[in-house]
Amino acid sequence: MDWLTFLNVLDSAVRLSTPLLLACLAGLFTERAGVVDIGLEGKMIAGAFAAGAVAVFTGSAWIALLAAIGASVFFGLVHAFACVTQRGNQIVAGVAINFIALGLAAVLGQSWFGQGGKTPAPPNSGRFTAIELPYAAEAAQMGPIGRFYADVVSGHNLLVYFAFLAPFLSWWLLSRTRFGLRLRAVGENPAAVDTAGVSVTRLRYSGQIICGALCGVAGAYLAIGLNAGYLNNMTAGRGYIALAALIFAKWRPVPALFVCLLFGFLDASANRLQGVSLPSVGVVPVQFIQALPYILTVILLAGFIGKAIPPKAGGVPYVKER
Amino acid sequence: MSQPAAKLPFWVDFGLIPLLNLVAAFAVAGLVVAVIGENPLDVARIIIYGAFGYGEGVGFTLFYATNFIFTGLAVAVAFHAGLFNIGGEGQAYIGGLGVALVALGLDPYLPWWLLAPLAVIGAALFGALWAYIPAVLQAKRGSHIVITTIMFNFIAASLMAYLLVDVLNPGAGSMSPGTRFFNAEAVPPRLSEILAPFGVDLGGSPANLSLIVALLAALGLWLLLWRTRLGYEIRALGHNASAAAYAGVPIARVIVIAMLISGALAGMMALNPVLGDQGRLLLEFPGGAGFVGIAVALMGRSHPLGVILAALLFGMLYQGGSELAFEKPSISRDMLILIQGLVILFSGALENLFRPAVARIFAPRAA
Repeated sequence: MDWLTFLNVLDSAVRLSTPLLLACLAGLFTERAGVVDIGLEGKMIAGAFAAGAVAVFTGSAWIALLAAIGASVFFGLVHAFACVTQRGNQIVAGVAINFIALGLAAVLGQSWFGQGGKTPAPPNSGRFTAIELPYAAEAAQMGPIGRFYADVVSGHNLLVYFAFLAPFLSWWLLSRTRFGLRLRAVGENPAAVDTAGVSVTRLRYSGQIICGALCGVAGAYLAIGLNAGYLNNMTAGRGYIALAALIFAKWRPVPALFVCLLFGFLDASANRLQGVSLPSVGVVPVQFIQALPYILTVILLAGFIGKAIPPKAGGVPYVKER
Repeated sequence: MSQPAAKLPFWVDFGLIPLLNLVAAFAVAGLVVAVIGENPLDVARIIIYGAFGYGEGVGFTLFYATNFIFTGLAVAVAFHAGLFNIGGEGQAYIGGLGVALVALGLDPYLPWWLLAPLAVIGAALFGALWAYIPAVLQAKRGSHIVITTIMFNFIAASLMAYLLVDVLNPGAGSMSPGTRFFNAEAVPPRLSEILAPFGVDLGGSPANLSLIVALLAALGLWLLLWRTRLGYEIRALGHNASAAAYAGVPIARVIVIAMLISGALAGMMALNPVLGDQGRLLLEFPGGAGFVGIAVALMGRSHPLGVILAALLFGMLYQGGSELAFEKPSISRDMLILIQGLVILFSGALENLFRPAVARIFAPRAA
């Protein structure tokens, strides 16, 4: 693989890891608050469909983004109501949301647009389009590093840059602000937070709202950034890979960036390696590379490469003592 | 999970509250139907007629229900052990490989009535195998079984895509990726053929003897859970793992055994579409049945009889839903996925939504 091809793969790795990264951070905020969420997939679908539909209706990417965040936060609130207020099983609630969002998007899509569940392509104003960073054209002429700047760093849309900024913002929020410290505390020892007079319920709801907002951005990126319009089930399991990435990153924001980039890179190279014969290995089945993130996660979970320790109070509803 | 203290009469706990949850789920679904401008009662009429109104519809309802009995039992037995097996889809998929390998290897030699029992074993074995690794990882290394079984669903999908596209595919000329057709003599007769002499008309529906296997499996699971020592240990583990450990239940072993049973049941689902209907193994044949099992188990409150009833309901929805998509093109077939999700939400995560109100009415006065 020469430098240009490699840059090409890296470029698509950046595009493909963006939704993973956003969803992974979304999961991070809620799981750090002690609410397990396997409904990331469903929230992303809700966001993607809302973005796709509203972009067609209004032709405005920003309104579509807001709609995506709204739809996804709505499901976050449903999840929080079921898990925090009703103290229901968090896994079950997440599974339910995945199906509800998938089914609802298809039903509404078919009824509104009649194209078998997909939305028509929005006008250009309804999409987030590529941004050329300053001096990219000049840099492209200036050797391999310049090429890297022009091909990989420049030329993405706004949501990509937001996604790659988000881990650092999240780190700051979680470890340098009062809200973040409380949020993490509520995932480790809610009784202590409660004793200190801070509302466990409110913190866990906030975790779900942030989670919903980030999933909404991820969904909007899929529907009006990476693609033009919503396709049925367009998240294609990314919510689950994001969950795997979250475990891999051991529930920390900055490592999440690197894990998501790695998973995005695997995805990008799987497309590229189709039918290519590698030296000394032969043809690697493309399905194997696609399965690699999942296999790696299982190996990690088995404790063979480091230990992934989840937030202590994750998955357990908090019951106030009387 | 915390249960409200009030003890309710049996029929309220196992009849009225599940019914209220179900009504709530269907009310929301009906609301969505109304929002997109259709009459919910009209829709319900089409679904019920499509599922039970004529012989072929009944046959299809039973065919779908067979899938869901297997996957529902699979999720239910894991629930009894306090485990959430979300990997039924992958286990069913791999179970299909077991069925196909038995059939492809032996169909020149054996008639269906000798081959079918071997296929049952193949399906159960392969399904159990796919549940074995997550089970051991949970039992010995504490890896969360929900995450590992999700991962194994994806790994199964990749593995089967590779096998069916590149290895077991008979080559060019076959339209959809899959194995060759099994020998016709090796495929068991359909219920429609068996029941035709008795004047029962199931039309061209694919319901087959797997239904009997599913009902036997439900009976067997009931006996296992409530009439054997192992079943007692499984339920003890699910109620309170540390109490079970103090009582001498070998926790790790029971986790693995419960998951093996769960995987075997999910794997056996493959009998119905692969051996009973298609007569070959096709790409993505489980079609989400493994996930429907979650809704079925929650709705049936993890009791084999409840699972059968819930599976019938979902069989009805699947068959009636096909009819609906045909009669009302404005309503997507994916309405089913929405209903499935709502049932999981209201019967599962929000199962206690109506309990306080109901308890106020039925709580024994002056205990």
